Amino acid sequence: MLPLPPFAYHRPRDLEEAVALLSELGPDAKLIAGGTDLLPNMKHGLLAPKHLIALDAISDLDRVEVLDDGSLSIGALTRLSDLAVHPTIRVLIPVLAEAAAEVASPQIRNMGTIGGNVCLDTRCVYYNQTQFWRSALGFCLKKDGDTCHVVKGGKQCVAACVGDTVPALIVLGAAARVLGPEGMRAVPLEALYTTPGSDHLKLARNEVIVRFEVPRPGERLRSGFFKLRLRRSIDFSSFSIAAALRLDGRTIQDLKLAAVALNSKPRVLNAEKLGVLGQDLTKEVMSHIGEQFQRRATPLDNINVDSQWRKEVIAVLVRRLLERVSAVGAQTASVSS
Amino acid sequence: MKTLVSLDVNGRTYEIAVSPELTLLEALRYELGLTGSKQGCDKGDCGACTVLVDDRPTLACLTLAVAVQGRKVRTVESLAQANVLHPLQDAFDQHGAAQCGFCTPGILMSAVSLLEQGGDAPDRLSIKKALSGNLCRCTGYTKIIDAVEDVAANTSSPGPPGHTGS
Ligand SMILES: Cc1cc2nc3c(=O)[nH]c(=O)nc-3n(C[C@H](O)[C@H](O)[C@H](O)COP(=O)(O)OP(=O)(O)OC[C@H]3O[C@@H](n4cnc5c(N)ncnc54)[C@H](O)[C@@H]3O)c2cc1C
Ligand code: SF4
Ligand code: FES
Ligand code: FES
Repeated sequence: MLPLPPFAYHRPRDLEEAVALLSELGPDAKLIAGGTDLLPNMKHGLLAPKHLIALDAISDLDRVEVLDDGSLSIGALTRLSDLAVHPTIRVLIPVLAEAAAEVASPQIRNMGTIGGNVCLDTRCVYYNQTQFWRSALGFCLKKDGDTCHVVKGGKQCVAACVGDTVPALIVLGAAARVLGPEGMRAVPLEALYTTPGSDHLKLARNEVIVRFEVPRPGERLRSGFFKLRLRRSIDFSSFSIAAALRLDGRTIQDLKLAAVALNSKPRVLNAEKLGVLGQDLTKEVMSHIGEQFQRRATPLDNINVDSQWRKEVIAVLVRRLLERVSAVGAQTASVSS
Repeated sequence: MKTLVSLDVNGRTYEIAVSPELTLLEALRYELGLTGSKQGCDKGDCGACTVLVDDRPTLACLTLAVAVQGRKVRTVESLAQANVLHPLQDAFDQHGAAQCGFCTPGILMSAVSLLEQGGDAPDRLSIKKALSGNLCRCTGYTKIIDAVEDVAANTSSPGPPGHTGS
């Protein structure tokens, strides 16, 4: 049995009230959406907020819409299971539906939200453990200790960003709409993450993500997602990669790759950085991109799957994803609702 | 501080005083005496605590009791009625799909939800996917899938929530 530490429970009716509560209650307060990350962490004694502020009584936070300009708006409280089967998302931006479908298990996808997935705490094999387990090792930098067990002698936590929808949203060029005491602001997903792993979100304590805005995918966007994990269900990622690609015939007009389960920040590379803009996407070029990505990605022993082996397989995984994504036809933009 | 909540469980309304940190699983097992839902890992890994909340398979160990007010909760205790087993329970018995039985209540609830989705009878792959959040430590997966497949093939219309076969 893993009892939760005590807290007071608040259920604001609108976003302004949620932000006001966060400001008023200070660092002792935490938002709760699906609770599938927060509650296990509380059960492990990793945090003990005195106040939980539930977002589920606020209406319209779980809506998925295609706006007049063709861009998409996805409410922060949209459940992962709804996202995975959403017809528009599956056709226009399959990378996001595929990523949502690969999170955790069916039950957890029924509970977990996209906002919570984006704000998911970083994970580490030495951190996501019970108090008792962690005490045996003398704790670590991220919580209650002063050493890092992953990088010996390291002064900075390198726990991994592992939210599966994160790389999908990044390659789509999505931004988070965030409400704070000063009003709304937009944060590109790519700019939301930073180091160290113990403080990896560039979000103020009293800010709430309201929705995600995905620019118009356009006719030629192809996208896809691949996740490496021990079991095909329940397990967190050992390496997740998303790709978005625009081709003119075979010529690469635009390519973006993003991966998580490495460090506290996603690893992002585009066609320019990979040096393949304007080239034909041949088999050789796909292999080349895979090798380039592998060179720039550094798996660490923060995850319970050998980091050497993970490094080895990255080139192949990236190449296979590109083969799959480029083989299927680009989506047609004529999807309603 | 405890608050009075009203829980709709298996069609019955219960008024109980709960602390916010009480999980739905703890409320079911220790406040309402509904011990069918099992406390396995108590942190989201195993699915032994699976119940239906508004017809969707949900982990009761990661759900706060205060958060299910106004929602419909169904547990394994809702399946057999008037001493008649639910077809799935019958099939689990016939196929020997329960060994120690600890995972069974959660698996039954995931399977009930799958069958209630209607449409074509789910194939083995869909069954595996629907049960992929439920671990069986006795690892009798083949018989579990056989049992669900059997019911799926022989139930023309699984019927609406609450309906438990004839
Ligand atoms: C067994 C198990 C397996 C899992 N496997 C995976 C996996 O494979 N891949 C994966 O990505 N995740 C996995 N998860 C983690 C988690 O279930 C998902 O990431 C889920 O999407 C989290 O969403 P939530 O709504 O439950 O978040 P919550 O737990 O409610 O919140 C998580 C964090 O986000 C903050 N937050 C939530 N909503 C907002 C908002 N709108 N604005 C600002 N902050 C917010 C909360 O304060 C909290 O800090 C797993 C969890 C478990 C228990
Ligand atoms: S990376 Fe190091 S400091 Fe961070 S959680 Fe893991 S062991 Fe702790
Ligand atoms: S007891 Fe809830 S998932 Fe294991
Ligand atoms: S029958 Fe023993 S855990 Fe499944």
